[in-house]
Parts: sequence; C-alpha cells; structure tokens
Amino acid sequence: MIIYKIPLSSHKFQYISGKFQIWNISKIPQTKFPENFRKSSRPQFTNCPTMIVMVGLPARGKTYISKKLTRYLNWIGVPTQVFNLGQYRREVLQTYKNYEFFRPDNEEAMKIRRAYASNALKDIASYFTKEQGQVAVLDATNTTRERRGVIINFAKEKGYKVFFIESVCDDPEIIEANTMQVKLSSPDYENYDKEEALVDFLKRIDCYKMSYVPLDEEKDRHLSFIKIFNVGSRYLVNRVQDHIQSRIVYYLMNIHVTPRSIYLSRHGESELNLLGRIGGDTGLSSQGQKYAKALAEFIRGQSIKDLKVWTSHMKRTIQTAEALGVPYEQWKALNEIDAGVCEEMTYEEIQATHPEEFALRDQDKYRYRYPKGESYEDLVHRLEPVIMELERQENVLVICHQAVMRCLLAYFLDKSEDDLPYLKCPLHTVLKLTPLAYGCKVESFYLNIQAVNTHRDRPTVKSLLCESE
Amino acid sequence: MTNCPTLIVTVGLPARGKTYISKKLTRYLNWIDVPTKEFNVGQYRRECVKIYKSFEFFRPDNEEGLKIRKQCALAALNDVRQFLTDEGGQVAVFDATNTTRERRETILRFAEQNGFKVFFVESVCEDPDVIAENIVQVKLGCPDYTHCNTEDAVADFMKRIKCYENSYQPLDEELDRDLSFIKIIDVGRRYLVNRVQDHIQSRIVYYLMNIHITPRSIYLCRHGESDLNIKGRIGGDSGLSARGKEFAKALGQFIQSQNIRDLKVWTSQMKRTIQTAEALGVPYEQWKALNEIDAGVCEELMYEEIQQKYPLEFALRDQDKYRYRYPKGESYEDLVQRLEPVIMELERQENVLVICHQAVMRCLLAYFLDKTAEELPYLKCALHTVLKLTPMAYGCKVESVCLNVDAVNTHRDRPSVRFTNTHPLSMSVSLVLVKQASPIINLRTLCSSFTTQFGKPGCNVMFIALHVVDNKKINILYPYSTIKINLFKSTS
Repeated sequence: MIIYKIPLSSHKFQYISGKFQIWNISKIPQTKFPENFRKSSRPQFTNCPTMIVMVGLPARGKTYISKKLTRYLNWIGVPTQVFNLGQYRREVLQTYKNYEFFRPDNEEAMKIRRAYASNALKDIASYFTKEQGQVAVLDATNTTRERRGVIINFAKEKGYKVFFIESVCDDPEIIEANTMQVKLSSPDYENYDKEEALVDFLKRIDCYKMSYVPLDEEKDRHLSFIKIFNVGSRYLVNRVQDHIQSRIVYYLMNIHVTPRSIYLSRHGESELNLLGRIGGDTGLSSQGQKYAKALAEFIRGQSIKDLKVWTSHMKRTIQTAEALGVPYEQWKALNEIDAGVCEEMTYEEIQATHPEEFALRDQDKYRYRYPKGESYEDLVHRLEPVIMELERQENVLVICHQAVMRCLLAYFLDKSEDDLPYLKCPLHTVLKLTPLAYGCKVESFYLNIQAVNTHRDRPTVKSLLCESE
Repeated sequence: MTNCPTLIVTVGLPARGKTYISKKLTRYLNWIDVPTKEFNVGQYRRECVKIYKSFEFFRPDNEEGLKIRKQCALAALNDVRQFLTDEGGQVAVFDATNTTRERRETILRFAEQNGFKVFFVESVCEDPDVIAENIVQVKLGCPDYTHCNTEDAVADFMKRIKCYENSYQPLDEELDRDLSFIKIIDVGRRYLVNRVQDHIQSRIVYYLMNIHITPRSIYLCRHGESDLNIKGRIGGDSGLSARGKEFAKALGQFIQSQNIRDLKVWTSQMKRTIQTAEALGVPYEQWKALNEIDAGVCEELMYEEIQQKYPLEFALRDQDKYRYRYPKGESYEDLVQRLEPVIMELERQENVLVICHQAVMRCLLAYFLDKTAEELPYLKCALHTVLKLTPMAYGCKVESVCLNVDAVNTHRDRPSVRFTNTHPLSMSVSLVLVKQASPIINLRTLCSSFTTQFGKPGCNVMFIALHVVDNKKINILYPYSTIKINLFKSTS
C-alpha cells in the first residue's frame, strides 16, 4: 500500500473530510508544507511585504511595542520579525563606553551607525525574499526626516509597504519607569552602577532631542502612520492602507501598560477525563468538584482587585466557575477544540477506527483538522477576539480547556506553532501570568487535588511515511 | 459588553456625513446584538416646524429659530433617556451638528446626571467635491426641499452651512483632552482618537476606521445546487449536482458580463462553494467563517427525519429560530458572531463576490438590509440567484438576478402554528425532561422560549431540568446562572 504524504492545508485536501481521498494524485515527497498553500487558499492579510518603522526618542516604549506587536502577528499567523538597531550596534561595537557615541557631532560614530542601519535594511530584504516573511519591524529611533526618507526610498525600490508607529511621551514619570525597568539592565550598562547609568542614559536622550522631527499631520500626510500619545491616551492615525495595517492599529489601540495579572486554568477533572475520552460536554467528577472549591479558596487568597472570570459554554468550566461564587462571563469562543468524528473517543479508539487520521495528526498537530472538526490553527483564529479583550482588560481568570489554554499560553509566552500543541497544561493547576518588561512572568500553582493526566507528548518516531508497495 | 449605556454624539457641519455614519453604526451595532437607536434632531425639527421655509431658520441671530432648535434637542435627549433607561437600549446615537462647546456641555451634563458614558464622533471635511456629492445624494431628496428645484435647494443649503460655520468650535486636542472622541478627517484619510474608555467604544472606533464611501458592489450568492440539496438533507459537505455545475458556469458568464473592476471572490471551506468558484477561473480566498451553520446532531438529516428523531428540538427551533442552537451545533446568533470579521473585511474591500450558504447569506443580508433578529432566519435566499448590493445614500440597493438554472427550493417559511396558551395559568410548575439522546439542549433557549410563550406579566415560571440517565437515574441538571428562574406554581 502506498501512502502519500499530502500537505494537509492545501485547499484541495481540506474539503476531503473524513475519508482519505486524493484529489489530484501526485507523489509529493515533501516533509515541509509548500509555502504557496497559504497564499492560494487562506484569506490574505496583505499581498506585499510590510515594513513597520518605529519612531521616537529613547525610552518611549518602541521596543516594547515592537516585541508585543511581533508576538501578536506571529500568533495570528503573519510571519513577523523584529530588527532592533540597538542589537546591531552591540554586535558591531562589542562594548559600550558612554553616551558620546550618540552625539550628533561624532562623525565617526555617525558613519558606523549608518553602516549598520543599512545592514539592517539588507537583512530585512533578505527576510522578505528568502525567508517568506510578511512583516518586518524596524525598531530604532528614526527621529529625523532624513533617516525616514532613506527607509521610504528603500521600501519604494523593493515594493514594500511602510507603516510608521511613533510613540510620543512627555510624562517624566513614565520615562523614568521605562528607564528603570529596561534600560538599566541592558547589556550596555553592565559595568555601570545604577545612578551613573541613569545619568548617562538621560544624556543619550538629549543627543536625540535636538534633531528630533516628529511625524507631522501636514508635512507627512502622504505617509501611513499612527502616533501614540502618552501611552495610549490619544492616537493620530493617517492613511491606513490595507487589512494588516487596520488590524495593527486596532491592536495598538487596545493594549495598555497598567500592571495586572492573567490567571489561566482548566476546568476541574471531568467525567470524560476519567474515562480517557476526548471532547464531549460532561460535568465535573468528584475530584473536579474538589478542585473547584480549592480554586475558589486560592482566588480569595490572592486578593485580586476587580477580578473578571471567563468560562466557555461547556458544563465543566461553568461548574468550576460556579464554585467561585462570583459573576462570570461565558464565551463560546473558549469552547474546547471540536474533535469532529472523534468526539468522545479514547486515543486508542481513534487509532483503531481512524488510523490515517491519527497518524496525520502526529505529523502536524497544529494544522491537522479533525474530520468535521477543527484544528489548532482554527482555534487560534477563533480565540483572537478573546486575546484582544484580554489585552483591554486588567485582572482576569480564564477557566478553559486543554487545547484552548495551549493557544492562549502560546500567545503570552511567544511559543511557535511547532511547540503550541505540546505545551503542558495539566488539570488542577493555575498559571499566573504577569506582564513584565518585554515578556511575561509565569507562576504555576498546583492546587494539590489529584487528577488524571491528559497530556500526550510529541511522538518520538514520526509514524507513517512512504512504505513500499 | 458594556455595563452602562453609551451616548454617541455626532459633531460637524451639515453635509459632513453625520447621518450616514449614525445610521451605518446603528445598523452594525444592532447586528452584533447591541440594542442601538439613532435620534436625529433634524427629524424632531421637522415634526415641530411643519414646513421648512428657508435657511433663515438657522441664522444665529434668529431668536425664535434658536428657541425651537433647543427645544427639539432637549426633546430628543428626553427620548434618549427613555430608550437607555426604560427600554433596555445600550447605545443611543444623538445625530445633530452639536457644533458649539456650549451645546456639547449641555449634553455632557445630561449624560452625567443619568449615568451614561459619552463618546463624540466628529466629521471634519473641507473637500468641496465630497460636500457637493453629499448634498446631491441626500439633501436634495430630503423633505425640506421637496418643493424646491435643484439649484435653489443647493443655494439655500450652502447658506445653511454658512450659518453654522461662524460659531463652529471643533473638538480640540488640548481643550477637550478629557473627553472621549474620534475625529474623522476627510472621509477617513486621518483619525484622531482620544481616550477610548471601554470595549464598545473600541469596537466602534475599529468599525469607523474600516468603512469607506468609495462606490462599489457586493455580490452575494449561494453555491450551486449540491447532491445533498437534491436529497433534501441539510448540512454536510457534498459536491455540486449536475444543475449546480451548470449554475457555476452561468455564474462565471454573469460575472464576466458585469465587467467588475478588481473583483475579489470569497468562498467557504466546503466543497460546494469551492467547486462553484473554481468554475469562475479566477483566484479566490477561502474563509472558514463562511462555512454553513453547523447543525450538530442533525447534520445530513431531512427535516422530516429531524421531526421524528428530535421532536422537541424541532419544535424549539420554530419557537426562536434565531437563538436556537442545534445540539452540538450552532445557532444563527453564533453565526453572526462568527461572521463579524467577514463583515469588517467586506466594509474594507471594494468589489467582492461572496459564494456562501443559505444561513450564512441570510446573516450577511440582514446586516446590509438592516433586518431584525426575528426576520433574519426567514430571509429568502434561493439557490442559483445572485444578489447585487450597492450602497446608496443611507441604505443599500438590492438587485436580484436569477441565473435561470433550475434548482430545488430549500426555504422553510416561518411556521404559522406555534405553541399557544390553552388556558390562563396563574401559577404552575413545568417539568422539562431532558433525555440522554439530546444531552446538550441549550437550557437558556428552552427557558426563554417557554417564558415568551407562557409567561404573562406577574406570572412566574420555574424550570427543573431532569436529566434521565439510562432510564434509571435522574440527575438534576446543574442550573445555569444566566437564566432568570422565577416561580410558576400549578393548579393541578
């Protein structure tokens, strides 16, 4: 029997649900998915590569925005990468002496800076053409019209779209907080003590201030940009060109920097969990009910201000939330992944009744779609409004399911599509995520209530491959 | 979505698109299930001053005119208050020029007194072409100018605009920095957004930033007749029948004859729409969101079979087709939520052909034609017919093109016989037995349907859902806290 490996998400395969049928027979010995499957079938976010160019004085949150935006775009399936000029500088210079490097009259430094800036642009071009990237974020001050002109010309030559994100902030408290959180611990200031570092950094900002030309409503009215004032109290948006820019603007207008924590947990152990069956809509087992009570105590112990509680529409999450005794919101989008024809089966039964499906799932767990069901990729799409609302909110407890929690976790911890379906989300454990500096601090709390283990590791031997006739 | 009602206040000179934005925004919010209503002060003025004489009414030195206009504004605000506090409304759109800071202050005080949030939407436009086009499209046909000829009407209207110009105080970045607003400049070229307070305002801003007024058409049609259609079965994922394939070819010819510029074609991820699009020979994009409503346990059954196997479900669906969710499936309400990104992208795009399914097409059509949740599930979307929607003035022109290829009829009208109250019960207890076969009845739908049918003012209804397991054990299903449970005692 010949078994053909066919790219799972090519559109000619997608509508073959349930049966292993081949639409256009061709032996495709590919182990990687062809790049054009995405272009031919999925809704296009953008048809040509986009350069996002950050603008702003140091300590205005450019790197924070760059990293967060990149994480979001990658999660929704738009290949994005950050190009941070500070990194380039550190590679060229090896050691940082002091702010003198940034003085506008330092000719030699200027030459070096222009050189590595143009290297960054070359790398961006290579990222778009060789690595199939779609969005590149150029994270640098780009404070002069001249420098922005160079970037615009470069993009025009190559046929890339440009979207500027400028962060304007004159609140000294915010700038100081930024500086303390991220600048003083940067590799540049390893050998400085805190006070000296602060002084040097403020002088560095001054070097840029004199030549800073912000984006202007009138003079730059032909450019596409968003100006963010004082961490989001006001925005000026000009000439949004396409879908991806519109999504970026929407995202930027929803994020905030107010300190808060997000708690992720699964429902308590359910009756189907006990039977080793997937999916379904059963209630909690007795252990599960114990967990619900333990969760309530834990939450009370944390003394969280204005906590919002979200569940799915399935019994097991609702019953878990009921035990908390506080109002909660139900989101259909938080429902567990739909396993289609495999609902309520055990993994052994799936292997027995649908062996090819079972094998295909292990090939690419992220993109594999259960017949008449969903894939992790579909889940991510479904969860996007949840993520957007999580960004808007402050303290939230989300009671959801294994696959759903993996997707949410992958967003917060910037996990790739490869890692996402194998993230460990055991029952009866609460994950507390606290945004910190450029990332997310994770604390795991196991509430000491026994439960079955529902995790399946990535299989070590990738089964199914061409056997000979 | 929002805990206290929101008052959206438009700001801008005449012919800047305030009413266009108000109506469109109201339509969108109602479609995504946020009860919204617009209050156009011009309407109130027309009811007060029966006949419009001329622009003199709007002169800033016309004392009597000013008095009447203020009265109308207050009357409108009164109705706003009633809508938001007594009638369960969540968003009210106060559509007027509101060009002076003084008038806006009055509105802010009113909102503060009543506990409403305020969000201003200002439209600023200096492009004379856009303004002239506005005037021609909507002002000339309005009741004020029925007795005028075009030239006189335009002259009068321009003088009307002048009356406002002198006292116009646009929203200012500095002076109004504590207010929540969006300033739309030059029909969307630029936006200034200040202090978005909550989720609904964020959605409103996102929507306003995605709409445009470039002329275009949206073509909606279903896939060609499918094999399951012929068998009278719902759902599934079958291919096109012979007549369906004919339709696909006819569709290709029709599209070519329309000579549409830069047409985008969208399909769902089900075979029947993909095969229909394939016949067009142009690139198309597949959206999972455009897939047909998931009928859960009823997939691939005929309506007669559903009635036999799941009689309770069948009856419940007819009670409230919009909110009814198939066991392990979806409701129209879920569909609308699923389709919201599609609508947002349709607003961004220009010419688009959407090849989808019956329930999906009904939801999209309800958005464009402003149909209510009651009407939505019964909209007629026949096979082999293309609907061409062209946005026009404040609404949408619909042209229906039947491509003359025969097909079965898949439409079920609203049933005429529904549950009726047989005798007035003052109090009674309803026991609803939920059998193992349909474990996922949507209790909320069940309860709300029964309440609408049997509930009367002062009458209470109590539901005890008993879950029969293996015909032996009876568990009491965990109550969903979102259902309002009242008491309904029985005489028997």
